[in-house]
Amino acid sequence: MGLHAYLMLAAVLFVIGFFGVVTRRNTVGILLGIELMLNAVNINLVAFARFNADIVGMIFTSFTIPITVAEVALGLAIVILIFRMKRTVIADHLDILKG
Amino acid sequence: MTDPARLALLALLLPASSFIILAVVTPLRRHGRAAAGLSVLFAAGSLVAAIGALRLSTDGGFTEWLWAWIPAEAGPLVTIGVLADGDSALMLVLVALVSFLVQVYSLGYLSDETGPSLGRYYTYQSLFAFSMMGLVLAPNFAQLFICWELVGLCSYLLIGYWYTRPEAARAAVKAFWITKAADVGLLIGIVLLWRQTGTFDFLDLLQMADTGVIPLAGLGVITFCIYLGASGKSAQFPFHVWLPDAMEGPTPVSALIHAATMVTAGVYLLTRTVWLFRLTPDVMQIIAWNGAFTALLAAVLACVQTDIKRVLAYSTVSQLGYMMAAIGAGFASAGFLHLLTHGIFKALLFLGAGAVIHAVGTNDIFQMGGLARRMPQTAIVFIVGTLSLAGVPLFAGFFSKEEILGAVLAGGFPGPFGMLLFGAFLTAFYMFRVVFITFFGTPAAAHHAHDHHVHDASPFMAAPLWILALLSVGIGTLFAFWHPRAEFEELGWLTPTAVVVALAGIAFAYLVYQRRAISADTLAAVFGPIRAAALRRFWIDDIFAFIYRGLMLQLARLVGWVDRYLVDGILNLLSAWTLMAGDRLRRMQSGRGQDYVYGIALGVLLLLVWIRWPR
Amino acid sequence: MSGGLAQIHPLSIITWSPFVGAVLIMFLARHRPLLVRVLALITTAIPLVLSIAIYVGYEREAAGFQFYEELSLVPPLGINYQLGVDGMSLLMVLLTSIIIFSGVFASWTVKERSQEFYALLLLLVTGVYGVFVSLDLFVLFLFYEIAVLPMYLLIGIWGSSGDVRPQGIFAWAFRRTGVGTKEYAAMKLTLYLLFGSAFILVGILALYVASGSTSFSFLEMENLQFDPALQSWVFLAFYVGFGILAGIWPLHTWSPDGHASAPTAVSMLHAGVLMKLGAYGVVRLGLGLLPEGTTQWVWLVGAIACVNIVYGALSAMAQTDLKYVIAYSSVSHMGVVMLGMATLTESGLNGSVFQMFAHGIMTGLFFALVGLVYEKAHSRAIFSMGGFGQMMPGIATAFTIAGLSSLGLPATAGFVAEFLTVLGAWQSPFSWWLFPGVIGAFLTSVYVLRVAKQIFWGPKSADPHFQHLLDAQGPEWAALIILVFTLVLFGVAPGIALGPVDTATVPLLLRLGVLQ
Repeated sequence: MGLHAYLMLAAVLFVIGFFGVVTRRNTVGILLGIELMLNAVNINLVAFARFNADIVGMIFTSFTIPITVAEVALGLAIVILIFRMKRTVIADHLDILKG
Repeated sequence: MTDPARLALLALLLPASSFIILAVVTPLRRHGRAAAGLSVLFAAGSLVAAIGALRLSTDGGFTEWLWAWIPAEAGPLVTIGVLADGDSALMLVLVALVSFLVQVYSLGYLSDETGPSLGRYYTYQSLFAFSMMGLVLAPNFAQLFICWELVGLCSYLLIGYWYTRPEAARAAVKAFWITKAADVGLLIGIVLLWRQTGTFDFLDLLQMADTGVIPLAGLGVITFCIYLGASGKSAQFPFHVWLPDAMEGPTPVSALIHAATMVTAGVYLLTRTVWLFRLTPDVMQIIAWNGAFTALLAAVLACVQTDIKRVLAYSTVSQLGYMMAAIGAGFASAGFLHLLTHGIFKALLFLGAGAVIHAVGTNDIFQMGGLARRMPQTAIVFIVGTLSLAGVPLFAGFFSKEEILGAVLAGGFPGPFGMLLFGAFLTAFYMFRVVFITFFGTPAAAHHAHDHHVHDASPFMAAPLWILALLSVGIGTLFAFWHPRAEFEELGWLTPTAVVVALAGIAFAYLVYQRRAISADTLAAVFGPIRAAALRRFWIDDIFAFIYRGLMLQLARLVGWVDRYLVDGILNLLSAWTLMAGDRLRRMQSGRGQDYVYGIALGVLLLLVWIRWPR
Repeated sequence: MSGGLAQIHPLSIITWSPFVGAVLIMFLARHRPLLVRVLALITTAIPLVLSIAIYVGYEREAAGFQFYEELSLVPPLGINYQLGVDGMSLLMVLLTSIIIFSGVFASWTVKERSQEFYALLLLLVTGVYGVFVSLDLFVLFLFYEIAVLPMYLLIGIWGSSGDVRPQGIFAWAFRRTGVGTKEYAAMKLTLYLLFGSAFILVGILALYVASGSTSFSFLEMENLQFDPALQSWVFLAFYVGFGILAGIWPLHTWSPDGHASAPTAVSMLHAGVLMKLGAYGVVRLGLGLLPEGTTQWVWLVGAIACVNIVYGALSAMAQTDLKYVIAYSSVSHMGVVMLGMATLTESGLNGSVFQMFAHGIMTGLFFALVGLVYEKAHSRAIFSMGGFGQMMPGIATAFTIAGLSSLGLPATAGFVAEFLTVLGAWQSPFSWWLFPGVIGAFLTSVYVLRVAKQIFWGPKSADPHFQHLLDAQGPEWAALIILVFTLVLFGVAPGIALGPVDTATVPLLLRLGVLQ
């Protein structure tokens, strides 16, 4: 399998994630979508590293995975805090930044 | 000390230091009496110095001291100093003398004032003496203008001395505005003249005029502008309206500023610079005609006044018209001579009137009557002043007025001569109208009640009156035996004519107001329309009021509206539009995260398209 | 140059002393109002003493920029901390010192947050000094911004709101922007001045680039000949940019609202000194660096100045709020300043600089007095007051003196300025400028004396609120006496100011090629 297959996989994953981010009404769902998008990027990085024989991509990915974990933890914590305050996690109801 | 300028400078600096001391040392000023003492003392010193300067100033010669005032690259632009010559020394003595006498007189006249108030009065008096002497001794137009404005300021301050009275506050402002409006002309004239000749200095200008190097083109405009300033200060038509109102000030102030000295500044200025005006005969014509017209107009107005001070005020306007007419006819010395004698006897008349007002407590002549018996001294000096003003021989005004009549005729102005001659008749008439009603008529009921108040003035007030009365008679007698040679051919018939006219006026007044052979009511009926118009002051005051209220304030209101609602309105319109646009744009911020993600995605897409667009 | 004085870097001390004062006040004087005032007084007295010292120490024969200091800031861009004063900036520094010193006295009674008030005031003054002494255009611009920005807070927090009725065809716009409130005034003033400073920055950068991007130094640019086309538009940029601050018509409307809403010391400083900053900027950068641009545009400068004089005076006459009268009189008098410089004659330019000084002092005095009257009578409505002269003779006298100076009465500084300006106007190619100049003085006499008569010298008002009013007290006297004394001193002996000023203006005019 060539590089293209990986890139296609990553692109599909990214689009699925993006679709989730923009369509899900539940904030947790949006977070999941973000995760998918991040992992699509990770796949890209690993694939390029593999096919270009460049270790940097691998190293970079090994940084992003823990950071993604931290980000999910933080994101979920924020969602829980928002739920405590607002009693909802529906994104459409969270519009206090409205101008 | 052989230098008149040195003494003149001393005379100038004494009141200046008195003013500075009184202005700065507050306790002294607020004490009142002490302030008055200091001011009078300095005024006396100033008088002595002025007389010394006069004695030292030789005929035709002059001494000048100058200091740089405004520096410039090529030597000082403006200098200040003193220029002492025969004319200025004479005028200096007049100013110092009347100023001193008035200050003494005020000690009695204003004895009821509180300390701070009296201190304020003497502070202003000192400032006035200084400014007026500075004007008299001015070596150039710049200093003249400076002092010109300062005496205007003193006039404003002293007219408004009793500032809690609305009339006084209003009259002060009116006087300032009208003279200031005329001073716009003077300032323009001075600036234009400076541009034309490159100097403010009288002596330089005189030399240029003598050698004929002053460019004549446009000189008429310049001299006319200067004349405008002079006519404002010297209350010539149509600027005369401020002077009668200025009578709201204390009477000694009227005597000093609004009769003897400040109002004559315009005449003095023209006398000083007559060589300049001679270059522009057209302007001289205007001066002569307007002077004669003013003299007649004011004389008519004086005939219908019932306020003793207003009669005197209009007579001052009228006499200033005489002086101006003489200058316009080309014989400045005649005008200047009348200025000096008028200064003496008009101050006497005002101070006499002040003594009467002080005693009776009213200005209305019909509230007085029969005062000759109760205050004989005052009556005598007042009559001396009246005879002088009417131009009766052996009194101060006779010779100088006749001189003016001769000058105007010799200058080739038969029209103004006629007006002035008729004015002389009216002068005698209205002055003796006052004398007969005030001093000889039956006592009015009003002052019967508080009869005991009415008595001759205190020594402080009486002494200046007698000094001035003696001077009036003395000068008149002196002129009767020895008088300066006129610059023009004297006409033999003029003297008898003038005397007859004056006596006719007196006789007429006697018939109407003393013998009542002619009823005053009949007289009023005969001159009905003129009398009615004169009572409305020929609507000249109304015209000024209209210019102020109807034109200036309305224009200001319009401009104020334009500024607030158009100029600023456009600005507010712009900012309101900005705010509205912001309101619209704000709606784009939904606050929902997913909308922003759409936005970002769209942006990325557009960027990609833009980058990839085939070019 | 007088050695001893120059060794201590007087200009730096003058400039930074108020800044140090502001810092000290913020950190040391929390909740100690008296200490705040004492610190403010000390840190403004030091510049006052020093500015008098450098005024005396300035060598007139040598002329040029003296007390020079230099410190390299950003060498790659050619930005240097360069200070120096010539005869003109010398006078402006003196003016600033006098105004702020008496301003500290005049705002002695500020109660609310006096610590922050004084700190901001002093910060602002540092900016003003900085503009007057800077010879590096970049640093000058920096100081200029420092001088403009604290104004927003000073007016927005400590200001007072006026009463403007929305009417006319733009009434809805007035309601929308909230005309009359202090927030509106603060915002309008700040936005307007920042709008102007954008023009200034563009102009400075254009000159920087045109001079080869090596130096922002005024002294170096002075020796360059810029391209006439560049000069033309850069002059306009400077004229509009600085002119907004100098109140040129029709960009003046920030001034009445701003000055009327500002607290006393801020009005004093703003009308007294900051407006001069604008005029100074036009002379220093416009006339100083762009001779050809100047000669090309003076007709516009002078014509607008004439509009300013007459229009400002008439607008002042129409006002019923005392502070607005004074504010509009500033618009009118700044017209005299701009007219004087537009004449491009020695007497005109001298008159212009002298008027900057004279107007600074007289308007400072005016605003101090209006502040006092407001504090005691709690009113600014002219026609409701009356007869205050009986109760507050000191204030009444000082107001009359300020008024007389503003109408150009001799023996006050106002006369010399007016006189020189009209002399210059008639010498200039546009001699008709003389007439607005003299008519302006007459109109001033009308509105000033009308107001003085109504409030102070007329009969007493029947309003029960106005029956027992006090005259000026303690520190307030100090402010009045300093300002009145200065006004009269410079009116009686104008040579004190004009000597140094002449040494600065004549070389300027020689460079412009209009003086033979």
